[in-house]
Amino acid sequence: MSTDVVVNITNLNKSFGNNHVLRGIDLQVQRGEVVCIIGPSGSGKSTLLRCVNMLETPTAGTVVVLGRELTDIDCDLDEARAHIGMVFQQFNLFPHMTALENVCIAQRKVLKRSADEAATIAHGLLARVGLIEKDDAYPAQLSGGQQQRVAIARALAMNPDVILFDEATSALDPELVGEVLQVMQSLAQDGMTMLVVTHEMGFANGVADRVVFMDAGVIVEQGPPSQVISAPVEERTRAFLSSVLNH
Amino acid sequence: MAISKRKKAQYRRIAVYVLSVIALLAVALVVDWGRLQSAMFQWDIVVEQFPSILTNAAKNTIIFTIFGFAGGLSFGLLFALMRLSTIRPYRWFAATYIEIFRGIPLLVTLLILGFGIPIATGWHWPNPYVQGAVPLALVASAYMAETIRAGIEAVPKGQMEAARSLGMSYSRAMITIIIPQALRIIVPPLTNEFVLLIKDTSLISVLGVTEGTRDLARFGRDGVNHTANATPLIVAGLVYLAMTIPLTQLVAWMERRAKAVSR
Repeated sequence: MSTDVVVNITNLNKSFGNNHVLRGIDLQVQRGEVVCIIGPSGSGKSTLLRCVNMLETPTAGTVVVLGRELTDIDCDLDEARAHIGMVFQQFNLFPHMTALENVCIAQRKVLKRSADEAATIAHGLLARVGLIEKDDAYPAQLSGGQQQRVAIARALAMNPDVILFDEATSALDPELVGEVLQVMQSLAQDGMTMLVVTHEMGFANGVADRVVFMDAGVIVEQGPPSQVISAPVEERTRAFLSSVLNH
Repeated sequence: MAISKRKKAQYRRIAVYVLSVIALLAVALVVDWGRLQSAMFQWDIVVEQFPSILTNAAKNTIIFTIFGFAGGLSFGLLFALMRLSTIRPYRWFAATYIEIFRGIPLLVTLLILGFGIPIATGWHWPNPYVQGAVPLALVASAYMAETIRAGIEAVPKGQMEAARSLGMSYSRAMITIIIPQALRIIVPPLTNEFVLLIKDTSLISVLGVTEGTRDLARFGRDGVNHTANATPLIVAGLVYLAMTIPLTQLVAWMERRAKAVSR
């Protein structure tokens, strides 16, 4: 297998009880690639993303990230997850810690970096996501957009090989969406490997190298945005796009 | 002219005040205050209770409470984590323990452990403090386990997911992320448990205590026997209040502050 494949998902299936959410997903993500997953709600996009770092345990199939098979019972998930960043819809910042501590905590406890080193890195990352002088702010004192940018810095602090974005802008007020998308776009330009579940068609169109359209637990269509978004082949893709774009 | 609704409400409020004052006056006139005082609040007996009611009885009550609380908190945390474990036998054990010790009155537990165990095994409690504090801690841990579990479950699920997605192990995430947040939630209910424990220590005296290990309630009862007067019990009750009211006020303050902070 080429080392340039960061994420390799094969025949992934996931059921919740009788609800068969993912029905045989095959997906590869190359190093430096930005893949946007779009599709109607309930199509299994978020579940697929959560299977990539095993927040959900797949019912069948394999997930390989950088040569580690996460679905293998012998795989050390904690070790593997340290290299897979994740940004959540609800931010999930640690409310009892400042922005800086949020970005430092896993560096200290997981990567065993020194307090000084972690703080220097965290300070730099907070500046990178446009949060200067917010080191000592608690999440409750920050806007949604600022919180989500702290969450991105927190993921970046682990030097991840890939970052998973799970509808990172869906919980934001409309005027705050842009600042988060901007940070995500700059990460993409810096060559970060990203797997992005999103409803932002503009972002998918402008930033994604590849767009994956999912419906009812299967990948219906995938390809460059010029194809999937501008000239979809499948009827289901067209129906979805016309419903989201005509608003 | 018809009376408006608001006027009517105003009259009703005034009537309630007037009736309350009349009721208080009636009680004050009917009660034989002299008799009441001679039976329940003789000043020379009050003075007699001091200082040993503080240096001995209140001290013992506090010792029992603190050991009961510390033991209850440690085991309560353990049982709470066991109840939340993915390992079933842990859950079963903790659930059974909690049901048993919450379902049996403390008085019965004290008698079973304090008397029953020594009779059944020939083993004897090393000293009266341990004999009283251990059953208290075991029962307290059952209640506190439920409080702590509720606190941990009140922390949003996303917190554990975020911690795990950063590569933290389950126990690391619990210690660093979940439990600190849960503690903030459960400090007020735990303080209430502390107040309940202060009062529950009064049951320990059924185990039979020496002069030196009497708690407040026993001290008051012994005082009644000595003086043939209820005053010692009243004084004991006042000493309990001196301990409990500051704590309940502290809880009220913490809850007001928590309400002000969360928006």
